[in-house]
Formats: sequence, C-alpha cells, structure tokens
Amino acid sequence: MAPILQMRSIEKRFPGVHALKGVSLEVSKGEVVALLGENGAGKSTLMKVLGGVHQPDSGEVLIDGAPAVIRGVSDATKYGVAFIHQELNVLDNLDVAANVYLGREPVRGGPLRLVDRAKMEEETKTHLARLGLRIAPDTPLARLSIAQQQMVEIAKALSLNARILIMDEPTSSLTLTETERLLEVVKDLRAHGVAVIYISHRLGEVKEIADRAVVLRDGANAGQLAREEITHDQMVRMMVGRDIDSFYQQPVGEKRPRYFEVESLRTARYPNQQVKFDVGRGEILGLAGLVGAGRSEAAQAIFGVDAAVESRLMLDSRPLQIRSSQDAIRYGVYLVPEDRRTAGLIVDMPIRENVTLPALERYAPAGLISFEKEKQGAAEVCKRLNVKAPTVETRAANLSGGNQQKVVLAKWLALEPKVLIFDEPTRGIDVGAKAEIYELMRKLAEAGVAIIMISSDMEEVINVSDRVAVMHEGRVTGVLTREETTEENIMRLAVGGQS
Amino acid sequence: MKKELGTFLLLVLLCALVPVVEKLLGQESRFLSVTNLQNMARLIGMYGIFSIGLGLVIITGGIDLSVGSVFALLGVVMSMMLTEWGWPSALAVLATIGLATGLGALHGLLITKVRVQPFIVTLCGLLFYRGLARFVSSDETKGFGAAAGFETLRNVATGSLFGIPTPFVLLVIISVIMWVVLHRSVYGRYLFAVGRNETAARYSGINSQKMVASAYIVLGVLVGIAGIVFAFYTNSISPSSHGNSFELYGIAAAVLGGCSLRGGEGSIIGILIGAALLQVLQNLVNLLGIPSSLNFAVLGAVILAGVIADQIFQRRPARVKPA
Repeated sequence: MAPILQMRSIEKRFPGVHALKGVSLEVSKGEVVALLGENGAGKSTLMKVLGGVHQPDSGEVLIDGAPAVIRGVSDATKYGVAFIHQELNVLDNLDVAANVYLGREPVRGGPLRLVDRAKMEEETKTHLARLGLRIAPDTPLARLSIAQQQMVEIAKALSLNARILIMDEPTSSLTLTETERLLEVVKDLRAHGVAVIYISHRLGEVKEIADRAVVLRDGANAGQLAREEITHDQMVRMMVGRDIDSFYQQPVGEKRPRYFEVESLRTARYPNQQVKFDVGRGEILGLAGLVGAGRSEAAQAIFGVDAAVESRLMLDSRPLQIRSSQDAIRYGVYLVPEDRRTAGLIVDMPIRENVTLPALERYAPAGLISFEKEKQGAAEVCKRLNVKAPTVETRAANLSGGNQQKVVLAKWLALEPKVLIFDEPTRGIDVGAKAEIYELMRKLAEAGVAIIMISSDMEEVINVSDRVAVMHEGRVTGVLTREETTEENIMRLAVGGQS
Repeated sequence: MKKELGTFLLLVLLCALVPVVEKLLGQESRFLSVTNLQNMARLIGMYGIFSIGLGLVIITGGIDLSVGSVFALLGVVMSMMLTEWGWPSALAVLATIGLATGLGALHGLLITKVRVQPFIVTLCGLLFYRGLARFVSSDETKGFGAAAGFETLRNVATGSLFGIPTPFVLLVIISVIMWVVLHRSVYGRYLFAVGRNETAARYSGINSQKMVASAYIVLGVLVGIAGIVFAFYTNSISPSSHGNSFELYGIAAAVLGGCSLRGGEGSIIGILIGAALLQVLQNLVNLLGIPSSLNFAVLGAVILAGVIADQIFQRRPARVKPA
C-alpha cells in the first residue's frame, strides 16, 4: 500500500533545544500508527509540523507522494489532516452542531450570510451517527461528558473529510468503557481508509489498536515495532533506551487493620448514595470506576474543598470533623487533585512558593516569611522527589507534567501525611516519571501512610493497588482483594453489578 | 521590581522635565517651589492611602467602584457628627472609619457569600452611597465651619509634621505597614495565591473567601482614613460631587503600578509610584497652562501609554515548549 503520508528527515530547532533531529514517519491508508516516546521526545513537535503549527527547518512532508507545504492549520485541513488535541478544543457554551461547524458554518440568505441551522444539524447528525453517538445536535456541549465532547471533536474531524487523523492522548480523560468505545471508533475509521496517528502513554491501548508503533527518543527515531512485536516491555525499553526492571512496585495485598474509614459520605452530586470504604495504614487502595461514578467528588468532599451532604470519617478510630481543606490538612488528610494545572498548583508562582503554600507558617517565624528557610525547605523536598528544574525559583508552568506532579506531592510531603488521596496521579505523565510516582507511592505506604488512588487507567489500578474499591453512580459497589482484582471483576462492579 | 521600573522612569522623567519646560516658557519654576511640593505631597498622601487599599482588592482579582461615593457619604456624615450632633472628635473619627470598614465588610460578604461579582456589588454601591449621601444631607453642601470644638482634629488633618503634610506622613506609615503585610507576611502570600488561582489556593488549605473579604475590609479602613483627611482638605462637602470618580484614580494608580486586573500581581511600591505619577500629571496640567478641560484627556492618554509601554517591555519571547 502506498503511504499517504511521508515525513522525511524532519529537523526542527528552537532556541536552545534541538527538538527534532531528522525524524521520519510514514503512514499508509487504513493504518493506525502509534507514536510513542517520553515527554520531550519530540512527538508533539513532529505532529505540530504536520498540523502546520511549526515549520520544519529542513526535511520534507509528502502527502499522496507529492510534496506538501503546510503553513498553517488551514493548509493542513486542505490536505485532509485533522488534529485531536489532548486538551479538548470545544466551546462548551455552544451546542454540538455549532462546535462541529465552528468557523465554517453553512450559510443561506445570500449576502445576509445567515447560519443554516437546519443543514448544519442535519449533517452533524450524520457524522454523530457514524460514531454511534446518539446526541441531539442542539445539545449544549456543557451537558456532555468529557468522552462525549471528545467524540464531538472526532465528528468535527470527520466532517472535514480527514484522511490523516492525529490523536494526541485522546483517552487521557476517558474511562474504560469510553476508551473501549473510542478504540472501536478508531478501528472503524481504519476500516474506512483513514490513516491514524495515535499518541498515547497508555501502552495497553497501543497494544490493542496499533498496526505499527514508531518510537521517538530525544528528538530522533528510536525504532519501530511491527504489530506482533508490540509488547509492554519492548515499548518501554525503546522509549527509555534501557530496561525499566521494576516498572510497577509489587503490591503486597496483605490484610491490614482499618486506619482511615469512610463510614458514610454523601456528596452533593449523589446526595442519596452513600460512599463507604476503608484503608489500612501502609495500604494503597485503588478507587476504580467510570467517569461520573463520583470518585473525584468523594475525594473532594473528604478533603473538604466541596461541601458534603453527610461526612462521617474516622482516622485511627477517632472521628474527623472536616468542613474545609484547612480542617483536612490539620488532620493530615491530603489530596493530590486530578487537575494539576488548575487545582494542584499555582502555575504562575515559582516552585518554592507552591511547595511552601500549605505550611507557610512553618517558614514564617512571627508571621514574617523567611525566604531563606523557604528556599531551603523547598530545595530539600524537591531533591528528595527528584524534581528536575534549574532552581526552586522556576515557575511551575515551565515544568513537565511529571515534575509538576512531583511538586504537588512535595507540598504534602513536608507535612507528614497520614492519608493521601491521589486523583489520577499519572494522567499525561511520561513513562519514566510514572515509574517514579509509583515508587514514591509505595515508599509512602511503607512509611505508614494510607493511600487512596483514584485511577481510570486499568493497568495502573491492577498493578499498583493492594485492594480495589469500585464505584458506580455515587456508591461503592464492591471491594476486591489483591487476588480478586481482575479487569473483568472491576468492570462488572463499575457498571453496577454485584461482586 | 521590573514591572514598576517603567512607571518609575516616567515619573522621574516628568519631574525632571517640568522645570525645564517652565524655564523654556519663561516662567519661574513653580513646580519645585516648597508650596507646590507640599501641596503635591498632600494630594499624593490622600490618593495614595486608598490606592493601596484598591491595589489589595485588585490583587485578589476584585475591584471597587464605590470609593468616591463612600467618600461623599463619609464626608457628609462626619460633618454632621461634628457640627450638628456635637460628637467628640475621637468618636467621630472612629465612627467614620468604622462606617467605611463596615461597608467594606458588606462588600466582602456580598462577594464571597452571596457570590455577586465585585464589579456589580460596588457599582451598586457607587449609586447607592451617592444617593444616600445626598439624602442624609438633604442635598446641601456640608462643611466644618470654624471647626469649633474640634480644632485639633482639623489642624492635624490639614496640618504638617516638620513641614511634611499629615496625609503624606500617614501614607508613609501605612505604606511601610502594608509593604510588610503584603510582601513579607503569610497573609500577603495567601492574598497573591488567591488572586492567581483561587482553586489551587483552596486546595492548599487557604480560606480564600476570608482572604478576599479581608481585602475589602482593609480597603474600607484605608478609605475611612483617606475620607477624613479629604473631607477636611476640601472643607466643603458637596454630596453630589465630593469624591466623584476617585475610585478611578485609585484603580489607575494600581494598574500603572503593575497590578493586573486579572489578580495576583502588584506591589506597594508600584502603587505608590502610580499614585505619585497621577498627581504629578495633574500638577503639570495646572502649571504648564494646559487648559484644565484637557485634564482627563491627559490622564487617560498617559495611563494608556504607560500600560501599552508596559505590555511591550513585558512581552517576553514566546516560550518554546518542545515535546
């Protein structure tokens, strides 16, 4: 099959960074190519060259065998290249049809250029149907789940007659079933001859979907794997350039006495459902479920940032009265939130100010902040967590996802946690940093911290948790011991079945 | 520091340029005369005091449009307390500051608990307090007459300390305190954190509502102090015009001084420079014989130029994020 896309020896330099060192990539019609690599390996830059965001310094891009000049997004669209970004690019104040046809609305009425709603909705419906999506075209985006919004983006790509579809971490905010659904859609697109470039840190998905995997490392091709060669170990080895001998820390799964108990928790989202579970000291409890199962809401209610309808919590057999995050912090109950950039960190502030924020009094004898002490304290935790940054004065915004997550953790480690809740701790984080986060979690557990890990990454839930509690529509439908933890069991509980 | 530098240079430039222009026009330099400097210092003092409060509110991402109307209300009420009701000076001062603080607390409450936007809350305040001031005074101009019974208070408010006008002395004291509070204390850091990212601040255990409300309360206290000094300065409080659009001077001073209306940015030194710059400009319009009808036009143009210059100097090379 003739390749629809050929990128040859693409070079790209930014001030101070040699981002692409002669990278090549080929994709054929009806082929799904996984593009793998750690953060900083050059995946996004390469895709931005294809999408017309960056111009290559040298090298050529051929589409259908002919040289293509892509100077902007509109050029890319002309060539049939569509880009689905990791962060959703939808306007949630508009409805589905308006999003799909944003910027190229069908018009009627001649010079009046009125939006032809009927036509727009009709065509939107066709595209949605192709994705197996049963949503009215006039549904406001705000009312859709993240997964559905993602599907709307794909519908938009379809409406553009995309022949080359780039998907950058499309599943990072999706749950299992939603991921399954998305992968089905990708397979269907493949069957219709669309060439798909699939970027993901979730190797399980890659194994399932990719016809071929192209691995980048440090801005160069590190190699590629044919369908039958794609295994977890192979991919990791190629991405990091060495073996990661123990990617996951071995869960222990032994029975532990109750330490942190959620006796009854009712959140504003599910006021009539009761969340109940417990974690032992030194245990990692996975909290699995579909998006919308109420896991994050439960975590936020425990931590006191959202008001709970009812909250009966026990720590070490003593009741906790948590009405605000200040209360939670006083008890040693901390949350590493799902969204690092908006809830975990103040990205415009330096690492130092972020790290010391929850415990600022410690660095401020007599109410006045000692910058020296702050600097020392922050540098110490950062070193302990292996945060890669020039200095502690670096703005948090300039760090990679993995390092940002470590800074969020650093905030709490200085405060001797008793209970730590992680909400999607490794979302969008590259393989190397992921392994470090797992190691840290295990170390903290060994030091006696009770850990609750909310995760939608099945592989992660299974390989990291000592026990798994599964939630469905606001309540815990079952708790699985280490031996019972299988994908099937988790799924059954996640859709509301009994254990 | 970098952010205040542009405004500071502009201030220095103006101060250096005015005497030169005066000489070119064949005038004797009035700009550097003791009387003029004293008068300018007095105005900088009065405007500076409440500008600092507005700066604090702006750092939390808020705004207060009601300051000018509050001045009218405070002036009218204080005049009545002293001249009509015969209250002792100390009580009148406390009551006036208390009233301003109470209004600040009310704004804070409406913004944090009822969740009305600061712009709306204080826009309504702007209308409401102006109307209230006119009503309680029966729309009559109030004054302090011969200040019988509260001469000391008036002398302090309108007087000088070793040749330095009282309002300027007050501004210096307040600035030092507020500098420590904003740039060295835990409270100040929290204020910046809440202004930058309220959610993340809350997730770090900061009571963000308390922080926001407190900024309006501090502003209230400072408006109270400035309001007293200002009432004695004019000595004649016309309820329909006293303090008109003063909030805009405060906001302009804060913005010129590097406060971002998005919140989370700003400094005491910047606000002081901004407040000083505005007064020097006013003074310049008077001294150089520029028609006073152009007063606002000059102010508007300079503020805009200052902010644009700031944008240009601040614009860092686009960050390159490979990956």
